[in-house]
Amino acid sequence: MSVEVPTSHRFPDNARAALADATLQRGLASAKLGFRVRRSEAAARLPEFETLRDEARDIKNHVLAHLDLYLEAFEQRVTERGGHVHWAGDAAAARDIVLAICRAAGARTVTKGKSMISEEIGLNAFLEQNGVEPVETDLGEYIIQLRGEAPSHIIAPAFHVPKAEVAETFQKHHKSLDPARPLEQPRQLLEEARAMLRDRFFAADVGITGANFLIAETGATVIVTNEGNGDLTQTLPRVHIVLASLEKVVPTLEDTSTILRLLARSATGQEFTSYTTFSTGPRRGEDLDGPQEFHVVLLDNGRSDLIGTELQEVLRCIRCGACMNHCPVFGVIGGHAYGWVYPGPIGAVLSPSLIGIEEAHHLPSASTFCGRCESVCPMRIPLPGLMRHLREREYGRGIPPAAQRWGLRAWAFLAKRPRLYRLATALPVRLLGLVGRRRGAFRRLPLAGGWTAERDLPAPQGPTFQALWNRAGGRRERPR
Amino acid sequence: MSGTPRDAVLGALRRATGRDANMAEAAAAVRTRLAAHARNTIPARGLRETQGLLELFTEQARGVDASVAIVDDFGAVPGAVADYLRGENLPTRLRMAPDPRLDACPWDDAPTLEITRGKGEAEDVVALTGAFAGVAETGTLMLISGPDSPTTLNFLPDAHIVVLNAADLVGCYEDGWDRLRATGRMPRSVNFITGPSRSADIEQTLQLGAHGPRWLHIVVVAGGAATKDPGDG
Amino acid sequence: MPEPSPNVALFVTCLADLFRPTVGFAAVRLLEAAGCTVTVPRAQTCCGQPAYNSGDREDAAEIARRTLPALEPFDYVVVPSGSCAAMLRLHWPALLADDAELATRVGAVAAKTWELTSFLTDVRGVDSVEAAYEGIAVYHDSCSGLRELGVREQPRRLLRSVAGLTVRDLGAPEECCGFGGLFAVKYPDISGRMVSDKADDIEASGADTLLAGDLGCLMNMAGKLKRRGSAIRVRHVAEVLANAGDAAPPIGESEA
Repeated sequence: MSVEVPTSHRFPDNARAALADATLQRGLASAKLGFRVRRSEAAARLPEFETLRDEARDIKNHVLAHLDLYLEAFEQRVTERGGHVHWAGDAAAARDIVLAICRAAGARTVTKGKSMISEEIGLNAFLEQNGVEPVETDLGEYIIQLRGEAPSHIIAPAFHVPKAEVAETFQKHHKSLDPARPLEQPRQLLEEARAMLRDRFFAADVGITGANFLIAETGATVIVTNEGNGDLTQTLPRVHIVLASLEKVVPTLEDTSTILRLLARSATGQEFTSYTTFSTGPRRGEDLDGPQEFHVVLLDNGRSDLIGTELQEVLRCIRCGACMNHCPVFGVIGGHAYGWVYPGPIGAVLSPSLIGIEEAHHLPSASTFCGRCESVCPMRIPLPGLMRHLREREYGRGIPPAAQRWGLRAWAFLAKRPRLYRLATALPVRLLGLVGRRRGAFRRLPLAGGWTAERDLPAPQGPTFQALWNRAGGRRERPR
Repeated sequence: MSGTPRDAVLGALRRATGRDANMAEAAAAVRTRLAAHARNTIPARGLRETQGLLELFTEQARGVDASVAIVDDFGAVPGAVADYLRGENLPTRLRMAPDPRLDACPWDDAPTLEITRGKGEAEDVVALTGAFAGVAETGTLMLISGPDSPTTLNFLPDAHIVVLNAADLVGCYEDGWDRLRATGRMPRSVNFITGPSRSADIEQTLQLGAHGPRWLHIVVVAGGAATKDPGDG
Repeated sequence: MPEPSPNVALFVTCLADLFRPTVGFAAVRLLEAAGCTVTVPRAQTCCGQPAYNSGDREDAAEIARRTLPALEPFDYVVVPSGSCAAMLRLHWPALLADDAELATRVGAVAAKTWELTSFLTDVRGVDSVEAAYEGIAVYHDSCSGLRELGVREQPRRLLRSVAGLTVRDLGAPEECCGFGGLFAVKYPDISGRMVSDKADDIEASGADTLLAGDLGCLMNMAGKLKRRGSAIRVRHVAEVLANAGDAAPPIGESEA
């Protein structure tokens, strides 16, 4: 089951729950370390890595400035090769298109490769309601589908589930198997999932995958996987449906190759993923296998509104997950706390754009602007800058609590008036200094509860620097 | 103006980019770029011609858990396949792609092998295919779908054995694309395969053989053909 | 060759002004030792980050606009904080970009603004200081200084010349301490966990002293260490470099 109703507005509560979840905390600790080390080693092995980041950014900027034309070119190529392109303005339209294709194919079950767009449009629940059974085939996605959960990471959807819980889930759902079978090792769990899913692959009438890229030059859709599930998903059934959002288009095979050199290295630290598959139209007349129908569903869902705005740059994202792997906030709360499909820094920018700033206003605020996401983003998306821009929108709409806004206003009023500022700060700071001198820090302080809940507040030394500088007769004007 | 969803999306994009004012030049820019398909920066490691390609390819492929055997000519392929299966204790029944180059191998030299031809089936344990090219920069195999190379063979079996002519080694992906363009056809599937199937979805523990093959074995036919210019296509 | 005696404006930062004047005086001493003539312009309060990072762009721009004239007459503006220096250097120009005349002026100020340790080493060519400090310190790289200004080696190079001092790195040196300005009070649970993890890392290093170049981060980490009852001494890097250890107890500690 996918996330349907966002819980981003409850972010602080979600985060608190995540911080208290010991199992999640263990998973986070081991996952982030591995991802970071591997990414950094992979980048170091490729001397051209930084140059490629510049080029990848430029490729996507060029595409976004010509998105209408590249989409038309892509559509034309797909159609020439015998495929179909469907345009969907929003999630509901995309769901309807998929269901109509499934119905026309007489589909009872569909297998699915990993697709964030499927999560975004809540496809699984919708298909179930309409009598079509969706089967996730990526191992991580399969595990969380059985558990009725949402992915907690865009490239490691089940990293929050320890193997003992995977075993429990398999015991519960794989009823045809011997309950006494050994299921302690990851190998055993993997073998079991592989065996169970084999039959589903052959039984499916329709296979649905996402797309990492759409290539305007050839009409190919590209998926990047390690397991091979996406390939079985699209090769065995009669119908292959590709779910993709508008901004996935790139001009040429050469441009795709450039970005591919960054994708796996940034995501998992691999030089290249095991399987990178370019799919163009349905099977050719003389082919022995492959789908007979090929459909691409192009989803807008708010993205065209971002073109030409300050937020356009977020559409360069290639969903590698590096930003969340390096985010210190994601690193302690995981993905579910963000309350919608896209977690971490990319989610903090994308979610308010797609589900509204009112629902997702916490996400861009819940960042220290440490800048590590931007420093590893292969597409050089200035994520902190975009989050700051969203905070400006939020502030403009009066979303922050009144006490906070008034506090800031009062402070800004003083900060703009140095003389008044010095007068207004000197005495309180002096008093705090006197009171705090004995212990050196405050355990509690009125109006500072957010701070002192977690740590002491070091006491001011007493007089301000400005006062002491005056007293010392320090220089106030540039000497001639 | 915005009757269909297509019109609505394209209309919104055109308004946002002020397309009305610059349609002619923007369309020309896009056309030119698509036709030129210019290369971007290619890592130095992939910028090699014949020299060193096999070494780099082999090193990279082994680095991602593929195994590589090098034989002199196609005549030695059956023996190499039989040796590999015996060494890994894998069954000697195999499903072979109906590829004329594979058919031409002297299979009678390896009488233990039981060969059927066709696309992949549920019961297949071992598959044998050719490859369109091998990309040295990451040890990547480039396979293209067609009547002589069914895609299911690449993913259904537990073990995938690929026969790669050293003359088909290229330095970088771009060289592979140029070769494909030179054939004048775009297949349904182009599969870049870099090592066997894997997953780290359970507790970040890397496991080979998630849905696709657990074993990827590459038999490189080094023969005299390796002197053929690989990049010119 | 560095100029003989440049005129430097010290932008003291609001936190050093209000909480820890020792940092300001240490900065002055280091700058003077590096041959600079130091002035503290009266008309300065704060760099405007609290407003800027809370979405109040208008007030942030106004603070920049009003502070600008006080900094213009100098050869350099030096800031004992990576994040405030980055604000002046990188973000003020963005805030005042709309007005062509202001944009030129703010660009000039931005170009001559430096974080303290980076100014000393990169501009003044200082590679050692006259100071002594007995202890083993870990140096925490504050995020803005590290990633926005590239401050990493500069403080370490200077610290290597301090007699008696050994400097170590943290296990996760690039990890944010969880301060993030108002983030620390808006999301105390998350910030608390982050600084708790940081405190673990600091304690595991075996160091007896924590140094950094940003008072916000230092107050956050010192506050957490103090809450835990840790004996680790926390100081701004300028205090150790300027040999100002006797001028004040460590951050969060009382006078002995």
